[in-house]
Amino acid sequence: MIRENASVLLEVRGLSAKIADHNILKGIDLTVRAGEVHAIMGPNGSGKSTFAKVLSGHPSYEVTGGEVLFEGRNLLELAPEERARTGLFLGFQYPIEVPGVTNSAFLRLAYNTVQGTRGVEELDPLEFDDLVREKMKLLDIDQSFLERSLNAGFSGGEKKRNEILQMALLEPKLAVLDETDSGLDIDALRVVANGINKLHSPGNGIVLVTHYQRMLNYIVPDYVHVMEGGRIIRTGDKSLALELEARGYDWVAKEAA
Amino acid sequence: MNTETPSDYLDSLLHGRDVVPETRADWLKALRAQAVERANALTVPTTRDEDWRFTDLSPLYKAAYRPSARPGEVSAADLGRFEIAEAATRLTFVDGHFAPAMSRIVPADGVLVANLPDALATHGRLVESRLGTLATTAHDAFAAVNTAFLHDGALIHVGRDRNGVAPIHLLFIATRNDGAAYPRVLVIAEPGAQCTLIEDFIGVATGGYFTDAITEIAVGENGHVAHVKLQRESQGAFHIARTSVQVARDGRYSNWSVALGARISRHNLHVMQAGEGTDFSIDGLALIGGRQLGDTSSLIDHAHAHGRSRQVHKTVVGGGAHAVFNGKILVRQGAQHTDAAQQSRNLLLSDKAHVDTKPQLEIFADDVKCAHGATVGQIEAEELFYLKSRGLSDATARNLLTYAFAAEIVERIPVKSLVERLENHVLEQTRIKS
Repeated sequence: MIRENASVLLEVRGLSAKIADHNILKGIDLTVRAGEVHAIMGPNGSGKSTFAKVLSGHPSYEVTGGEVLFEGRNLLELAPEERARTGLFLGFQYPIEVPGVTNSAFLRLAYNTVQGTRGVEELDPLEFDDLVREKMKLLDIDQSFLERSLNAGFSGGEKKRNEILQMALLEPKLAVLDETDSGLDIDALRVVANGINKLHSPGNGIVLVTHYQRMLNYIVPDYVHVMEGGRIIRTGDKSLALELEARGYDWVAKEAA
Repeated sequence: MNTETPSDYLDSLLHGRDVVPETRADWLKALRAQAVERANALTVPTTRDEDWRFTDLSPLYKAAYRPSARPGEVSAADLGRFEIAEAATRLTFVDGHFAPAMSRIVPADGVLVANLPDALATHGRLVESRLGTLATTAHDAFAAVNTAFLHDGALIHVGRDRNGVAPIHLLFIATRNDGAAYPRVLVIAEPGAQCTLIEDFIGVATGGYFTDAITEIAVGENGHVAHVKLQRESQGAFHIARTSVQVARDGRYSNWSVALGARISRHNLHVMQAGEGTDFSIDGLALIGGRQLGDTSSLIDHAHAHGRSRQVHKTVVGGGAHAVFNGKILVRQGAQHTDAAQQSRNLLLSDKAHVDTKPQLEIFADDVKCAHGATVGQIEAEELFYLKSRGLSDATARNLLTYAFAAEIVERIPVKSLVERLENHVLEQTRIKS
């Protein structure tokens, strides 16, 4: 929801970044206020996923220009774990498998680390178990999830649900969800999208990075941005997503040129 | 301590034989005498030997370790910590001496577990027919020395078609600095018999000592021996062990070897087919740091047709430690339809950590399926970033990934309390609190 007096969560000004010698981001401007849902769309290679990774502090990318403020604080000088603790969450397109570490142990470690920074009291395994099972209901996740190794052997859909479960536990102020809809069948998409909607509140913001419009049938964006060549070339409301679905991306690039 | 040169080092070890009790068994006298002769003819290995190229034993050769006449003290608290809940029968050896007060033998139908001198009195022929036949002293100086000292040790005999036997725990404790121990184990599983053996080498001594161990395992037709070898010697110790296994037609042998301790350790593992259709599963893990050297040298010998083997060897190497893996798979002529796979995976935790891995296939049959591979690497940046993006510090994320790498092997050990204990050990080692 758009509110005039909502506080600014994220302020991106002229952000440029490269990997090795390839310039990928070429000056991005974006403002996200509390309560808003933004969708970033664009063709493959437009830089959407890179933008998500750079916000989270991925070590392979080098920021070459611009600034990023998170609640007024310079995000770019923080390590990835500090960004997570201050309330930024990245939902991975390809979550990493970690065999040998149970999901429950990992989730509790992450919960206690991130919530502990905010002064929330640490939970012991029993207390945490109650909490996590409640959150799992939200996402229709099977109880056996907890005892399995983190993402190891998970299906694509299970991994994405696990990402949103982590979001539910960490309660970020801003969640950047990178292609959370890819690899999901329509039922799983509905469950995951409903989960995200329940986690959305007037106090937090969501940035959906997606290639397809179908997720936006369930999570209605306040703003739709089109990325192309490392820049946001057009911003509109939810109707822009439908237009992109019908007409593709080429016309936007032509109009912007 | 004397300083010895390698050429007379074996001689200096053999000088410790005055503490070995006489035996009335003529064949054992002859076996020992032959071993002494062999040791006199052999020299200790140096890095000039191809098999020892990466493992420099010269720190061992600086001191003449001697077995003690009597076992040292082990506190009740220590002994309690070494308890393995699932094991009913436990034989304990302290500084090489059988310790009946710290052992318990729970009688089971068709199963004999005994200290070797006791077994000689009741099952002399059985022991005579097998002892020293699998681990021969021909080219192995340390096997010759072990055999020259042969006295206390474990005999495990599992009768035909016996199964459902609780795991048997063999506990070897070293208490004395500058001591030497020559543990010996003989396992005979008759056709159709199954058993689980846990060998546990522990040091409570604080300084240097020497363990030179031999384990011989004969698996009968259709039999299955599951074998856990846990090496957690003191940080100053030298541990050289040979495990020689022969598996008869359709038999199975599973091994999980975990090396955590010792300044220098070497495990020679030789698993051989004595008939068709055998199945070997060999898992190894070395978790070392500081100035430790951990060496595993395995030979999987497919001498008959339709053999299957799976081997995964992992090392986690921190500090200035050095891990070595020499893994040979030999497929002899006539061993058609062999299906062998071997993996060596190594994780380096520091710039000074070092791994030498040498997987080798030698194939003399033409209709076989063999695969092997080796990886040496550091923790993946992508995995690290994932965990950090969940708020975990760099150190915690690294530790968690290290733990996961090791846990993959630990989790396969079929003794639950041991899995938990080892996982805790890895957690402590990697200092994760969760």
